[in-house]
Amino acid sequence: MLLGAQFTEYVQKNVSLYHYRNGIPLTTKAAANFMRGELATALRKNPYMVNIVLAGYDKETGPSLYFIDYIATMHKVDKAAFGYGSYFALSMMDRHYHPDMTVDEAIKLADQCIEEIRSRLVVAPQNFIIKIVDQDGAREHSWRRTTKD
Amino acid sequence: MSIFEYNGSALVAMVGKNCFAIASDRRLGVQLQTIATDFQRIFKIHDKLFLGLSGLGSDAQTLHQRLVFRHKLYQLREERDMKPETFASLVSAMLYEKRFGPYFCQPVIAGLGEDDKPFICTMDSIGAKELAKDFVVAGTASESLYGACESMFKPDMVPFIFHSF
Repeated sequence: MLLGAQFTEYVQKNVSLYHYRNGIPLTTKAAANFMRGELATALRKNPYMVNIVLAGYDKETGPSLYFIDYIATMHKVDKAAFGYGSYFALSMMDRHYHPDMTVDEAIKLADQCIEEIRSRLVVAPQNFIIKIVDQDGAREHSWRRTTKD
Repeated sequence: MSIFEYNGSALVAMVGKNCFAIASDRRLGVQLQTIATDFQRIFKIHDKLFLGLSGLGSDAQTLHQRLVFRHKLYQLREERDMKPETFASLVSAMLYEKRFGPYFCQPVIAGLGEDDKPFICTMDSIGAKELAKDFVVAGTASESLYGACESMFKPDMVPFIFHSF
């Protein structure tokens, strides 16, 4: 079985290669379909044990989010979460998410999800990172730390 | 839990008067957790042929992509659309090819054949065709659907404006 790091590096290199060869970047939808195809091909030979939430911004279509699980089920969604924390995060988002939220509202929602995970999940991680993808690209927005290292 | 029940699905197709209907649920689940409520299970192959795929979502997506590819090739070679009966045989053959490592899908095929005569069929995950004159069902809710169809179905029904709830 192959792990997430191997898969993500493989995808990164192939996405760059497409850009070099063709002069234009892959759209988010195309990248998601590429990932799904790779996962599906590997599934019955040597599966990648990786669940993916793919966020991207395209000039023509705006932002999009794709849910891809390790058995290569792909779906375009407005909100997604994986892992044990997903039960809490998805519930929070089902309650508070609405389309066309501002960045500040979204950060507030992310904080509410983190708060739930921190209090309810026995094996909760110590630190969280919030990243944003928009017309200016992908960047780290902020951290939510409980440990200093 | 069975691999066929991993994502959950309900599919039904019925024959009416010079028409057919095909319907599905739109839930995408991972066992008991709901991921989305707008997942597509029914795909148009051409104007008079629709394919519904129940079972594992991943295999449904793979099979759909493969079948669209095969149909496009057929269109290029034959310069016409595939008849539903032919398409059903193609799906059956593709599923049996993977007899000892199958796609975890149960397809429902519905279309208008020669002279616009409605055609429906379903098959199991290894391609055993089941032709029916009235209705076919597939998916995790198949038993409930059988019950609903057996009691509600009557032949030669006509289309009416469907209100979604």
